[in-house]
Amino acid sequence: MTTVTGHRQRVKFSNALSHTAVITKRNTLRVVRLPQLLLFSTIQPVMFLLLFNYVFGGAIAIGGAQGGAAGSDNYINWLIPGILVQTAVFGATATALGLTEDLGAGVIDRFRSLPMARSAVLAGRTIADLVRNTFVNGLMLIVGFLMGWRFEQGIPKMLLGVALALLFGYAFSWVMATIGLVAKTPEAAQSAGFLPIFPLVFASSVFVPTQGMPGWLQVFAENQPVSIIANAVRSLMVPEQTLAALGLHQSTLIWQSFAWIAIIIAVFGPLAVRQYRRSVG
Amino acid sequence: MNVVEANNIVKTFGDVVALEGVSIAIEEGMIYGLLGPNGAGKTTLIRVLTTLLKPDTGTASVAGIDVVADPVGVRHKIGLAGQFAAVDDFLTGRENVEMVGRLYNLSKEDAARQAEEVLTRIRLIDAADRPVRTYSGGMRRRLDLAASMVGRPQVLFLDEPSTGVDPGSRLDLWDLIEELVDAGTSLLLTTQYLDEADRLADRIGVIDRGSLIDEGTSDELKDRMGGNVVEVHVVPDDRATAAGALTTVAGGELVTEGQALLVPAIDGARTLTAAVRALDNVGVEPQDIGLRRPTLDDVFLTLTGHRAEERSRDEAQDLSQDGGRRV
Repeated sequence: MTTVTGHRQRVKFSNALSHTAVITKRNTLRVVRLPQLLLFSTIQPVMFLLLFNYVFGGAIAIGGAQGGAAGSDNYINWLIPGILVQTAVFGATATALGLTEDLGAGVIDRFRSLPMARSAVLAGRTIADLVRNTFVNGLMLIVGFLMGWRFEQGIPKMLLGVALALLFGYAFSWVMATIGLVAKTPEAAQSAGFLPIFPLVFASSVFVPTQGMPGWLQVFAENQPVSIIANAVRSLMVPEQTLAALGLHQSTLIWQSFAWIAIIIAVFGPLAVRQYRRSVG
Repeated sequence: MNVVEANNIVKTFGDVVALEGVSIAIEEGMIYGLLGPNGAGKTTLIRVLTTLLKPDTGTASVAGIDVVADPVGVRHKIGLAGQFAAVDDFLTGRENVEMVGRLYNLSKEDAARQAEEVLTRIRLIDAADRPVRTYSGGMRRRLDLAASMVGRPQVLFLDEPSTGVDPGSRLDLWDLIEELVDAGTSLLLTTQYLDEADRLADRIGVIDRGSLIDEGTSDELKDRMGGNVVEVHVVPDDRATAAGALTTVAGGELVTEGQALLVPAIDGARTLTAAVRALDNVGVEPQDIGLRRPTLDDVFLTLTGHRAEERSRDEAQDLSQDGGRRV
């Protein structure tokens, strides 16, 4: 055989970055060019916001009711930080769907037959979903503002809060990538993706304080990542003098949040990559 | 020089053997047609050669580069148009092709220039700036072909290029494929259509159940069938009697093809006359009888004992083709 041996070409890192940019652009264009996708992915979170605020808001007493702006008379200030996290986590399911659709359509085969970095497919997908999540969360802030939400600790801290929610959503995209690549079809990915999401988002401090939950559930709800992130975001937005009443310790929550984000990416990043290699043969 | 060489490739998915020691060699500038029914292992072989799948055992090289040892090197030399037109609906035709160019490490300018060139060649330039969702099935397929040509690959792999293409566009597609080869590209295409292999391929490999069962030019394969055949149609009640009578005049083994009995006719017209007499002797009146040149379908039937397009629901098939994708 006329085989050239001993020389194995690699994809250059600079090329890998540009491949990631190309794939990110492609995935983002999909959302921009198919406005119904963006429309429906924004209607749902806005609906959540409206429903929770106006249907449950009146009935939900916040533990620190005496705590001024975060009190029960102003549920929206409790809700917005939570809803940002919830939106980012729900939005991460798009990662699973997008990957399964590309697998089914043979697009991934085309990519893999090109001399491109394999990592670019997953990176470009998760980054595009981060871009979309950023847009949707921005919209949530505007709608929230119109509904009476206010941030009390200045713009930089508010933005740090939003960034935490989005970073967590990004980390969750890797969980969803793993699930999508195991599930293989969009339908299965959709159902499987929500399995971890529902308990994490609802048994948490996203919508209501955890104090009202049964003891065993409280243990879970207070220590799971979605609550930690939601509380961290909250601690960066409500008035500083209410933090103690709400039981929020800002600096602890922030480092815990970064730790969770790092752990999730460290675990699910390699898992997703491994599953990607396996699902495409 | 051979641009593609596969030596004894074995690939299994669980219990299913998709490829059972397949070897092929493709010379530069040639169209090699891999002909076989669904599930024969065609797609699996393409996936091995295009570095999408690692073979269990055996070696393969494309443009002299080993597919396992240096997959990225191979990817610089190949273009692949898979079974599905892997193009994005929401992008324009031009954007689709440019994207592939960028992923091929071309600069923005080069990607744009090549897109223009390739789209012109594939006669899609007028529709280049329309979103692909407005394209017909044939146009999508052509765009997919255009995308596979970016980077001027030395070898193109087309997996069932005419699947999902209407008959009119199919002829266009064939013309295009022929032009590509005239321009110096070597090509491996798979097909389950005998007319497609007949029309396009310089050399045909017949593949069934993971093994290459015969190989040669279209004419060679037909000659191996023994040249002409006498095709006889009789009513079902007469079949056994007719078959018995015809065996005496056949120049080889009798083959049943659907409702027809095929009699290898070494002596051409004389065998036909003999067949008519033989039937007359046993009192069977044929519904139809005639002499014809064998088609590739006959070749396939002779080689495998079944028709090429019959086994589309075979269980091994879905596993090996889909398995290649998913397992």
